Amino acid sequence: MSAISKFRFVSTDRRVREDRRFVAGKGKFVADIQLPNTKHVALVTCPHAAARIVSIDKSAALKMPGVHYILDGAELAAATLPLMTGLDTPNVPRRPLAHEIARYSGEWVVAVVADSRAQAEDAAEEVVIDYEPLPFVLDAEQALESNDILVHEAHGSNVLLDKTFTWGEVDKDFAASPRKLKLRVKWGRSSTVPIETFGVTASWDPWRDMLDVHASIQMPRFNDQIGIALKIPVTSVRVHHDVDVGGSYGVKRGIKHTVLCGYLSRRLGFPVKLLEDRLENMRGGDAHGPERLFDVEVAFDDNGIVRSMKMRALENVGAYAGRSPFQLGKPVGAIVGPYKIQSVQYRAVAVVTNKTTQDAVRGFGQAPTNVAIERTMDEVANVLGLDRLEIRRRNMIRHDEFPYTIPSGTTYDSGDFHAVIDKVVAHTSYEGLKVERDALRTQGMLAGIGLAACLEPSGGNATFEALLNPKVQTSTFMDSCRVNIDGVGSITATMHTTSSGQGHETLVGTAIGEVLQIDPELIRVVRPDSLNSLPSGTPVGSRMAIMLGGAAFHAATKLKTKLMTIAAHDLGIPVERAVYDQGNVYDKNKPEHRRTWLDLVQIAWRSYHRLPADMEPGLAASHIMQVPTGGTLPDADGRVQMYPCTSFEFHLILVKIDPDLGRPEILKYRIGHDCGVVINPKIVRGMTMGGIAHGIGAALYEEFAYNDDGQLIAQTFMDYLLPSSHEVPDVQIIHHETPSPHTVFGQKGSGESGYLGSPAAVANAINDALKPLGISTNRLPIKVSTLGDMIAAAQENKSKGH
Amino acid sequence: MRINLDINGEIRELDVEPRTSLLDCLRDHVGLTGAHTGCEHGVCGACTVLFDGVAVRSCLMFAPQAEGSKITTIEGVTPGPGEMSVIQDAFCETHGMQCGYCTPAMVLVAHALLIDNPNPSRDDIVDAISGNICRCTGYAQIIDAIALAAERLRGANRPVELTK
Repeated sequence: MSAISKFRFVSTDRRVREDRRFVAGKGKFVADIQLPNTKHVALVTCPHAAARIVSIDKSAALKMPGVHYILDGAELAAATLPLMTGLDTPNVPRRPLAHEIARYSGEWVVAVVADSRAQAEDAAEEVVIDYEPLPFVLDAEQALESNDILVHEAHGSNVLLDKTFTWGEVDKDFAASPRKLKLRVKWGRSSTVPIETFGVTASWDPWRDMLDVHASIQMPRFNDQIGIALKIPVTSVRVHHDVDVGGSYGVKRGIKHTVLCGYLSRRLGFPVKLLEDRLENMRGGDAHGPERLFDVEVAFDDNGIVRSMKMRALENVGAYAGRSPFQLGKPVGAIVGPYKIQSVQYRAVAVVTNKTTQDAVRGFGQAPTNVAIERTMDEVANVLGLDRLEIRRRNMIRHDEFPYTIPSGTTYDSGDFHAVIDKVVAHTSYEGLKVERDALRTQGMLAGIGLAACLEPSGGNATFEALLNPKVQTSTFMDSCRVNIDGVGSITATMHTTSSGQGHETLVGTAIGEVLQIDPELIRVVRPDSLNSLPSGTPVGSRMAIMLGGAAFHAATKLKTKLMTIAAHDLGIPVERAVYDQGNVYDKNKPEHRRTWLDLVQIAWRSYHRLPADMEPGLAASHIMQVPTGGTLPDADGRVQMYPCTSFEFHLILVKIDPDLGRPEILKYRIGHDCGVVINPKIVRGMTMGGIAHGIGAALYEEFAYNDDGQLIAQTFMDYLLPSSHEVPDVQIIHHETPSPHTVFGQKGSGESGYLGSPAAVANAINDALKPLGISTNRLPIKVSTLGDMIAAAQENKSKGH
Repeated sequence: MRINLDINGEIRELDVEPRTSLLDCLRDHVGLTGAHTGCEHGVCGACTVLFDGVAVRSCLMFAPQAEGSKITTIEGVTPGPGEMSVIQDAFCETHGMQCGYCTPAMVLVAHALLIDNPNPSRDDIVDAISGNICRCTGYAQIIDAIALAAERLRGANRPVELTK
């Protein structure tokens, strides 16, 4: 629990310091960074779902105005190493440009470098590539079950991962349960699709042996991966972290883009810039998210108590894999959601297909898993004729049962799920919503109530890597902060990664201000480049409030201790008697006996003779923080403590569907949210609201749909539909606060909040609305067109008396 | 080709290829990088500028087509270096953004709305921003920002003239 009993700055409604530059259009995004003599890249992409590259004729393109170079996959493959992958799959190499075989429509085959992007695009059209189309596979089940078509011949199958974990007495619990239920749930391929596409400028300086990289990046170990792939020392890669990233939510990984531009800049001797256009981004940016098929089976009793669950999750990762299959691992940390399910069998399967490569998406596989769990809870209630809220209350972990260890080995730190639900229904009556729903039904509308409860595991140690690939021994995911008090007493703190809207500068300032009792606005926060940086796991896995906030807290605490030690020594008192008060230190027994902030700065910076023996002069401290619950590798059964903190959210919504239109309209949206102590209320509210909107998109609108020829048919914002202000309802957030015992202020993660539960709530509401027609759907997104057809068919059947 | 554009009240003489979009012209030829590139097919709205006081998408227009009209960018509605307008300040007060990429466009849309409608309802605001996609916020704090800006402008001691 926090050492600070009453907060000065934490939890107060303070402005977000980053906002000032953004409202004036003065953010520094990668497109805004113009290095002298920069040349531009455009890409030639494969038009087939799979094809052998027979020949590439660059001659006409090379004659086009402004063209400097045309790079193909053969040259690049000879000069670089394949990109880092998460699983142990050496025969599934991934490279920036297709080499010999292209494996999805839109894959990058040739890169054209010209004076301007327009000239590069013109020349790209003149590159003539002869392809021999190959058989392809799009469907995950087909890829899993048949070896007739192999995406990577040398790998011998399409399966990258197939691991089954059994935690607890699953067979016994199934045998002992009077009731069972099976459900198949499909999460369609969508992603976070930031409004800024990925961009990078790479600039090689041969006289300093230095590759300067400016990129819109959110990627752990980015500099390592670039150096390794380019076969240059990582000390020759300087990633600039002071680049504003125009949205990411997981996907701005950009490793292939950066290796490509890094190679070109080294080869050609000038800075090379690649800013994806929207087509390059949607087809070949390798930024698709999960496409997952769940087969769930649960064993329960007549009271609706769910005792055991079997889940198979089949992930269609696309043509190549980086970290994306690990998205089957994160859900292990909350595999039973907020429920007391005693035993679980979990089979995680990842297959390659001829679709665009995936990367990490907000929640890292947790949001799809929550849809599977929450759809199942609804169906358990339905078959028993019990209320869906009541079923959840009965199965949920109670407040007095924390800390609570789930079958897969993670101990949930804290929570009060029933209290959150009680608060939500006190705000908006559940029974009242039923009356409202039923009134809509009597008016000829379809209407449904959606419920979803789920956890947000946050701040983890990435042991899912070791769980799914025993060759990887990851049990830490650090973050760090360095605090320096300068010779006139001003404070500068560092953070060591980029941000994409999470307000990390505000977080660092607030944490340090709280410890040192100094106005956070007076604390400068800077981002050194990667060669000057301490370790950072980057803003993934809802971790920065816990890990960066924690690192800033600890670094500041070290300085506070040093200031008190200096003061006690100078005052000639034992340090136990020294009292710290807003930067000044006084003697508890004689408060007028004191040293001011400036006195202490003077001593530390200039008067070594007044420092305690052996103390380093100056006032600087660093902290590299380990995940609060530590790091141990999974045991033989795959049990592991992954995430130190679990935030909780409960969604309650009312949806209306006009049966003639099939268009769902969310009339009411309530969310009860508990992420422990809120550090900045504005930021947490924004994360939650944005997450809900993103989840509504995944549930109703957004899908990277493919046709039978393997062509991506949602390549623009005309067909990949993003929720506008009209599609996002007026959401009411009901706050609750159960502090985490493991974190410095009691905070938990909130970067994935809203998104983890809203798709499940929407899916459950629509199914409740469809119930009177005797139909249901478990395939997301539930598109207006599908819904309209389903309703029309059901009504026709009904009128025929079927 | 040579064109003359009236940008933020200043006539700029420019030499551009006829196919240059207004967005690329502003960013690459004039150095005004507050308008952002998002989709380049007229859906996301990140490239919004004011065109004779109306919010339009600068990615869907060629720079030569803008001759003879007044173009106002985010730089043109910012009162001075380090100084925010009432609308910009309201966006900071409610945290009506996260990554900041769609933000200049949202501020301009708010600006255009409040020129015509000093007392917008929530529905008016939702309508006004519905052509601009934000992936971060779910729009709530943007809606709050515009409502707050309207309230503050209405309550100002001296009427604030919004640049057209």
